Amino acid sequence: MKKVVFGLLAISVWIACKSGEQKTLPIYGSRKPITKTVAGKEVTDTIYQTVPKFKFVNQYGDSVTNKSLDGDIYVADFFFTTCPSICPVMARNMLKVYDAFKKTGNFKIISHTIDPKHDSVPVLKKYADKLGIKGNTWWFLQGKKEDTYNIAEKSYLVAVSKDSTAAGGYVHQGYFVLVDKQKRIRGAYDGTDPKQVDQLIADIKTLQTEPDEMIVQ
Amino acid sequence: MKIRVVIALILLLSAFVIISCESDSSIEFKRYYTEGAQLYQTHCQNCHGAHGEGLLSLIPPLTDSVYFKNNKATLACSIRFGLKDPIVVGGKGFVSIMPRQDISPIELAEVITYVQNSFGNKLGLTTLDQVQADMSNCR
Repeated sequence: MKKVVFGLLAISVWIACKSGEQKTLPIYGSRKPITKTVAGKEVTDTIYQTVPKFKFVNQYGDSVTNKSLDGDIYVADFFFTTCPSICPVMARNMLKVYDAFKKTGNFKIISHTIDPKHDSVPVLKKYADKLGIKGNTWWFLQGKKEDTYNIAEKSYLVAVSKDSTAAGGYVHQGYFVLVDKQKRIRGAYDGTDPKQVDQLIADIKTLQTEPDEMIVQ
Repeated sequence: MKIRVVIALILLLSAFVIISCESDSSIEFKRYYTEGAQLYQTHCQNCHGAHGEGLLSLIPPLTDSVYFKNNKATLACSIRFGLKDPIVVGGKGFVSIMPRQDISPIELAEVITYVQNSFGNKLGLTTLDQVQADMSNCR
């Protein structure tokens, strides 16, 4: 009996996966196959690029590391509080994302300042207050400039800058980067384009329905 | 009979004059407004928004006609050279810096005309002469 139930379940899952036009988001970044021995058998698995360890400080003065985002889907972007050009548009669009998901758990937004000299913790707190951001869904992060640029170029913006040679070029272009619970990059969206931001909101919903896979880290 | 014709002609003529005068100024207004809309998109919209809504407590909205009336003479200077002092718009204080915009006096007149007749404002045409007069008093 148990076997029958299991079999039916497996079949229904298979059918659901096949027939349901459920969109899966691509996984960006480098990947390498790894062969390991599991229970005496050789198994080949794929190791995807994940966001590496980091440590920054948020608008409350609390330190935020990669661990602070364990189990969360999150969106990362880069800005500075005195930026007059695209940042207000990005903030306006990110507020849409914030409003859509602030009440669901396991979701965060992290906005890295690329001007840590000016954007101290109190400056970031004021900025957050003015945008009406409370609680711990949206963090404004400050850290060493090179750390921020490093993580931007080597990790978050892999979906954007496949063969970018311009140092820091993409950091200034207002991308919103979508990261899944396994810390893999799943999308990059032009944060100044309301249509792409709507797509981001849809894609986050898609990600939320993705089953929690084994976390290989 | 002749007098009637003459009166009718005079009436007709004056009607023409009035209509063409009106459309002259309304054509000028429309020209300023259309050019201003373009300038707004390029220079202002990122921060102040497509509907002049601003951004919460960060960037002031452009919907406060009272602010415009009270600051009529300094508006051109503020747009051209930026603002760094705190201001109160719609009863709310704002402290962010507004960057300077390198645009010409005619462009200032156009964009001011656009803003002051959009987003619920109805303050009429701002002419190049007005802007030039105001600009001579920039601090």
